[in-house]
This record gives sequence, C-alpha cells and structure tokens, in this order.
Amino acid sequence: MAASIRVRAILNGDTAEVQTLIQHPMDTGLVKDAKGELIPAHYIQQLTFTHKDKTVFFADWGTAVSKDPYVKFAFKGAAKGDELKVSWLDNKGATDSLTATIQ
Amino acid sequence: MTASSGPLAHRRLFLKGAGLIVLIGLGNAVLHAPPAFAATNDNKYPDDAFKQKNAGDAIKALYGRDHEASDKIKLDAPEIAENGGVVPIAVSTSLPNVTSIAFIVAENPNALAASYKIPEGTVPAVANRLKMAKTSNVIALVESGGKLYSATKEVKVTVGGCGG
Repeated sequence: MAASIRVRAILNGDTAEVQTLIQHPMDTGLVKDAKGELIPAHYIQQLTFTHKDKTVFFADWGTAVSKDPYVKFAFKGAAKGDELKVSWLDNKGATDSLTATIQ
Repeated sequence: MTASSGPLAHRRLFLKGAGLIVLIGLGNAVLHAPPAFAATNDNKYPDDAFKQKNAGDAIKALYGRDHEASDKIKLDAPEIAENGGVVPIAVSTSLPNVTSIAFIVAENPNALAASYKIPEGTVPAVANRLKMAKTSNVIALVESGGKLYSATKEVKVTVGGCGG
C-alpha cells in the first residue's frame, strides 16, 4: 500500500530534488468536531528517505505540520534511475512506504 | 542495628547496581530489536521537545544548547498568511557542516513544529508547510559544526490554523 505518498525526484547534475506530498489528516488533538467533541491527535511523527541504504533525509514532525504534508529537499550523489525509498510512521503506529525512481 | 547497617547498606547498593544493569540491558535489547519502521534505529522521536509550550523550552529539550542569530540563514515565509492552516515556510543556509534544521512557531500551543536531520551529502535547505494558530515569530534553527544558529521572522496570520 503506497497510496498515501506522492514523490517527484528529479535529477539536476548529481543533485536530486525531491518533492513529496502525503495524504494524512495531521489532526492536532485540539480541534472539536461538529458535535463539540475533540478529534483525537492523529499525525505523522517520522518520515524517512533512503537512497542506496543510506538515510538522505529524516523528519520528526509535530502536529503543526499542515494537513496533507508537503516537504521538499535535495541530496547529492544520485543518478538517473536510482531508487529512493520513502516511508512514514504516525502516532497511532500506522505506516506507509513507497519506492520512487529518480528521473 | 548499627552493627548490621554497614554490610546491609553495601548489599542494597549492590542490588541497586544490579537492577540498573538489568535495566540498561533491557534498553539495549529494545533498541536493537528489528524496527517495524525502516528508520527507527538511532532515530528516537523527540516526544518531550514536541510537548513543550514555549520556544525556549522546546529548543532546550531538542538541542540542549543556546542559539545565536545568523545572517547566513535565509528564512522564507510570507509577511501575511491568510490561511494559518497552510503556511509555506522554507529555509536554506550557507553555513557549513549542517546536521539538522528545525522550525519553531513561537505562539503555537506547542512551539516545535518540525525537525529535520541533514546527513552529509544532503543540501542544507528544507521547504514545508506549517500550521499557525495566530500571528507569531517563526524561528528556523540550523545546527552547524556543533553550534546552533537561528533566523527569525514574524508572520501575520489573519485566520488561525487551529480552528474547527
């Protein structure tokens, strides 16, 4: 299952520019629903990007990251066709991952 | 009673020590267990830092050291954010040997928003979108060569990002 993650990794010289969008509610636990009941916190805590067994980017997120998070970074030493693995873990223990190809 | 307190005290101390060793052993076992999530080795979630209410406590919990302002950090954030739920914020820096970058929204219920590890070979620049409850200073922290630097910018929020 990798439906929650969309990644675009584009090579520029030997640097891969990586843009990622993830579908996730990122509920803070501070917002009430229509019935006035608190919506429990539900948010991604950690996000990792791995290239050739090396972690190239790692995020710790709190509830202040926007719903359906977006993040952009770049790393060196990539080549066209390389695989880039993305995975996240949320506060309820759910995870998802995706392997993208650098273009 | 006085006669036996000496050796007894020693025995207690010894038992305490043994207990501690067992605990440390357990800790290691947990750490070395194969992670369900690919990147949990050496990457414990900084729960305590994310729970802090104000910026100073969050920075202390995350880094344990003071920061100084640096003009080598470029913090891109809007002057005015119409929707506090989605505020695009980016940082880049010309500082050398950057190992991590973090974002603080000082007036949010919990100040720390996101923290990123920058391994060697990764460009010291991050763009993301954050929620802002109200008008606040946004602080970008950059750890470079073992020191902590920062850049601060105020973002005015017209509609908060935490309302229902």
